Amino acid sequence: MRPVRDIPPVPGRRVLLVGPAAWTFRPRTIVVPAIGALLLVLVAALNIAHGSSNIGLLDVLRTLLGGGDRRENGIIFDLRLPRTLAGVLVGAAFGLAGAIFQTIARNPLASPDILGITWGAGVGAVALIVLGGTGGQTSGLVAELGVPLAGLTSGIVTGLLLYALSWRRGIDGYRMVLVGIGLSAVGYNLVYWLLTVGDVDDATRATTWLVGNLAGVGWAAIGPTALALAVLVPATLVCAHTLGGLQFGDDTARGLGIRVSTARGTLLLLAAALAAVATAAAGPITFVALASPQIALRLARTAQPPLVGSMVLGALLTVSADLTVRLVAPDLPVGVLTAVLGAPYLIFLFVRGRRGARA
Amino acid sequence: MSQTRLRAEGLRLGYGERTVVDDLDLDIVEGSITVIIGPNGCGKSTLLRALGRLLAPRAGAVLLDGKRIDKLPTLEVARVVGLLPQAPSAPEGLTVADLVSRGRHPHQRWYRQWSAADEEAVSRALAMTGMDEHAARVVDELSGGQRQRAWISMTLAQDTALLLLDEPITYLDLAHQVDVLDLVHRLHTERGTTVVMVLHDLNLAARYADTLVAMRDGRIVAQGPPAEVLSEQLMSEVFDLDAKVLSDPVAGTPLIVPISAHLRQSAD
Repeated sequence: MRPVRDIPPVPGRRVLLVGPAAWTFRPRTIVVPAIGALLLVLVAALNIAHGSSNIGLLDVLRTLLGGGDRRENGIIFDLRLPRTLAGVLVGAAFGLAGAIFQTIARNPLASPDILGITWGAGVGAVALIVLGGTGGQTSGLVAELGVPLAGLTSGIVTGLLLYALSWRRGIDGYRMVLVGIGLSAVGYNLVYWLLTVGDVDDATRATTWLVGNLAGVGWAAIGPTALALAVLVPATLVCAHTLGGLQFGDDTARGLGIRVSTARGTLLLLAAALAAVATAAAGPITFVALASPQIALRLARTAQPPLVGSMVLGALLTVSADLTVRLVAPDLPVGVLTAVLGAPYLIFLFVRGRRGARA
Repeated sequence: MSQTRLRAEGLRLGYGERTVVDDLDLDIVEGSITVIIGPNGCGKSTLLRALGRLLAPRAGAVLLDGKRIDKLPTLEVARVVGLLPQAPSAPEGLTVADLVSRGRHPHQRWYRQWSAADEEAVSRALAMTGMDEHAARVVDELSGGQRQRAWISMTLAQDTALLLLDEPITYLDLAHQVDVLDLVHRLHTERGTTVVMVLHDLNLAARYADTLVAMRDGRIVAQGPPAEVLSEQLMSEVFDLDAKVLSDPVAGTPLIVPISAHLRQSAD
């Protein structure tokens, strides 16, 4: 970078140069995800170490790096790693989706759980379990891929509906939250209607999925999820460079040369797809998408949720919740704990009002 | 020097069912300060939004350097035309430095979000408005005058040859109004920036404008140098206002002194 004479530097901005590429950052937006990632590795290792046959933390790390014996390899790679990995992937996807939704709506309430994306994904998945199954015998390929795929599709359709219904010469964040609450209610009721229609076995299976559960996630579900995120996450991060401008009113954003409707529509769809992929893999684990962007924002002290920070915190929150549940009540699905945490947090957001709760 | 940068041709503008501006022609000449005046609801802001391609015309076209502005890539337009809407809003917690830096968006790519030119333009924009000392502060903690200067800095950081300002001084006290307009004038003399702005204060408009455009009911009633446009007859034609036009003892430009109804009664 050529030094600029006579002109004081712009405070609070540091520049990261990689060849012709350059990004600005604040130290905190790097430090927060870095510490978060370290904690994540620790919690993930603890989560893998804990179980019916305890394996030491160091043995876990050694096995993960390829130095485990047969028994350790079997337990860790076949049984425990998928569950933890699923937590990381799903949590990161929820965190990023929440950060995008909250930034675009300029409302900390705007998260896929509130906006109906999660319930929308639920409708597709439950419909397939209940209607497509053959008397509780939904299994094989239909169960492994069909349910996630149905969830993904209906989640994205809900995202499109949300966009279409809240569009009136532009998108207004408040209207989007209201429309989303409506969509959420429709999805919720459809799911429960489907449960009453289906037979008992299907309904039981659907209910386990509906509370958000990492226990049943195996390698078969992780592959497609990881693949989908490998496409969606970079695409979202690239498209996100318009987010700063989009946070101003439409006129200002257009004045800055942003094609507002296209940019906003693309980001909303990407965020809906992220949330739908995560929901499809592990069911609707609530609260993660709502809280992790807001926690990341406060820790990094930025005006909008930091994207990478939200991802790391989402993963950390999900795996920590999973570990807590496994330590305290091994039979409880992780979604129950996050839902229990989510309710007081929502009340806190309402009480704080607009001040301090920003996006 | 007298080349037309921005031109409106047979412009018809409206919202929903309502037509606000019809069959309007206007030329904005390079290096000039054009001020649009007129009563509330006459279509001033609507016209300015159309000139900045924020509003698509129902008929006619806006030409930037002879090319239809709506056919040009919007990023390319953003490198030539900067605009400040009425009452812009910033997200809570944003610092002045970040706000102003976002003015550089049209010069950036997703992989190159900062450059030496960005640094220079932002620092200069902050210094020009005197906001450099407040750069680290949060926008929502600023006073109204400082906030407006921060927004103007953002528009300046965009580094454009044309500036469209919609009521840039409306919420400011008189001293800050003069500050902002002096800044606009400095841009005009130092950088040759072409400025189009909507103002309500006729006396300040007369003082700073090269060209005044007086509008009523979506039409241009008169345009030209302030001394030619601002007459007692125009005041009643455009604003339905009885007024005397004197000479501004400081600037020599027209000075509008309204004759209020209650004064007229007591004089009789």
